Amino acid sequence: MIAWRAIAAAILLVTGPALLAGEIPSDARRSGYAFMGPDTRAMQDDDTANPGMLFVLDGEQLWKKTTGTAEKACADCHGDARGSMKGVAARYPAFDKALGRPITLDQRINLCRANHQQATPLPYESRDLLALSAFVGRQSRGVPITAGEDPQLEPFVEQGRKLFMQREGQLNLACTNCHDDNFDKRLAGAPITQGQPAGYPLYRLEWQTLGSLERRLRSCMSGVRAQAYDYGSPELVALELYLMSRARGLPMETPAVRP
Amino acid sequence: MIAALLMASLAITLPAQADELVPYTIVGDGIPVSLTGSSGDAARGRALVLARTTTCILCHSGPFPETRFQGDLAPDLAGAGNRWSESQLRLRLVDASRFNPDTIMPSYYRNDGFVRVGRNFAGKPILSAAEIEDIVAFLVTLRD
Ligand code: HEC
Ligand code: HEC
Repeated sequence: MIAWRAIAAAILLVTGPALLAGEIPSDARRSGYAFMGPDTRAMQDDDTANPGMLFVLDGEQLWKKTTGTAEKACADCHGDARGSMKGVAARYPAFDKALGRPITLDQRINLCRANHQQATPLPYESRDLLALSAFVGRQSRGVPITAGEDPQLEPFVEQGRKLFMQREGQLNLACTNCHDDNFDKRLAGAPITQGQPAGYPLYRLEWQTLGSLERRLRSCMSGVRAQAYDYGSPELVALELYLMSRARGLPMETPAVRP
Repeated sequence: MIAALLMASLAITLPAQADELVPYTIVGDGIPVSLTGSSGDAARGRALVLARTTTCILCHSGPFPETRFQGDLAPDLAGAGNRWSESQLRLRLVDASRFNPDTIMPSYYRNDGFVRVGRNFAGKPILSAAEIEDIVAFLVTLRD
C-alpha cells in the first residue's frame, strides 16, 4: 500500500503538470459561475436576459464598420468572426513577437487599429473597446482556456505568479490569501471565489455595466488599500496572464454575469 | 527651538510623511499599558468593530444580531474576552503577526514595512491609538 502510494506519487511528479505549492489542481478549478445563485446564473445563460449581449451586438457592428485613414473594417482582414475569432480570446494574453512581451486582447485590438486601420487607440474601459472585446470573446464561449502554453511566455507567467503571491497594501494581503486559501468562505457575507478569469469582459451587477478583467484586478487592489497598477501596465498584463494560465481548461463564458 | 520650528514646518509641508505612532512596550505576549494612557469606551468600540471601514467583520463574525454581513475567514469573536487578556488583545490588534507571522489579520497599528500602500493610506496606521483602545475595551466584555 505504502509502496503503491510512493509509486503513484513518483509518477505524478514525473508526468503530472507542474503544479506549484498551494495551486488549485485542474479538476478542482471552478469558475465564479459555480459560486453564484440561480438567478444570476439564469441571467448569464439566457442571451435575451444577459445585459452583456447588448455590448456583443454593438461589437458586431463595430467589427463590420470601416474606421481610420486606411478605411478598413476588422471584417476586411478577418472575415466572419464566428470562424476566424473562435478560440482566440481563450489564448490571450498572447506573446507579441514585435514587442517581445505578452499583450492583452484589448491591446491587440488597439494594435490592429494603429497598424492596420490607422485609427486612434480606444481608451481602456471605453464602451467601444469593451464591445469589441466582448464580441471577440463571445466567439470563444465554451472553448477551454489555453493561455500561457507558448514557452516564450514562461518568464511573464512567473512574474504574474509572484505578483499573485505578494502581500500588498495597508491590509497587507495577497491575492493568494483570498483566492487560493479562502475560496468557499465569506468576506462580510459575500462568497469568495477562486478568482478565475473565464468570462471577461463581464457584466457586474455591482458596476451596472460591462467591465474588463483589469478593472476587477484594480478593485481587488484598492480593496486591500494598495496602489493599483495602471491599465495596460506590464504588471497587470502579467497578472492577467498568470490568472488565465491558472484557469487552463475552464470553458470561456464571455460575456459572463457576476453579482 | 529652531529645530522644533523646522520640524513643525516639515510636518505641515509633508503631510504624506509617516504619522508618528505612540510608542508602546511589549511585555510577554501583550501590551499591558493603554496606548492613550486611559481606558477606551466599549460602546464606541462595538460600533467600530461593526463599521465596514474598520474591516473586522469582513473576516470575523461575532455576537452582532443586527447584521448578516459577517465574515467566516477568522474565529468568531464571541468569548474573545475569556480566551485573551486585555494586554494580549491590545497586541493582537496592534500587530497580529507577532502571534503568527503568516496570519492574514492586518496589523492595525503599524505604518511601515508594507508594499505599494495606496496614496491615501501611506504612512498611516489603519486605526488610531484611541480607536484601538475603544475596540480593546469592547473585546474584553465579550465573555460567554
Ligand atoms: C481580501 C480578499 C481578496 C483579496 C486579497 C483579493 N481579492 Fe479578488 N476578489 C475578492 C472578492 C470578495 C471578489 C468578488 C467575488 C469573487 O468573484 O470572488 C473578488 C473577485 C476577483 C476576481 C473575479 C472572479 C470572477 O469570477 O469574476 C478575480 C479575477 C480576482 N478577484 C483576482 C484577484 C487578484 C489578482 C488579486 C490580487 C491583486 C485579488 N483578487 C485579491 C476578494 C479578494
Ligand atoms: C483579513 C482577515 C482579518 C481581519 C480583517 C481581522 N482579523 Fe482578527 N483574526 C483573523 C484570523 C485568521 C485570526 C486567527 C488567528 C490568526 O491567524 O492570527 C484572528 C484572530 C483574532 C482574535 C483572536 C480570536 C480568538 O478568539 O482566538 C481577535 C480577538 C481578533 N482577531 C480581533 C479582530 C478585530 C477586533 C479586528 C478588526 C479591528 C480583526 N480581528 C480583523 C483574521 C482577521
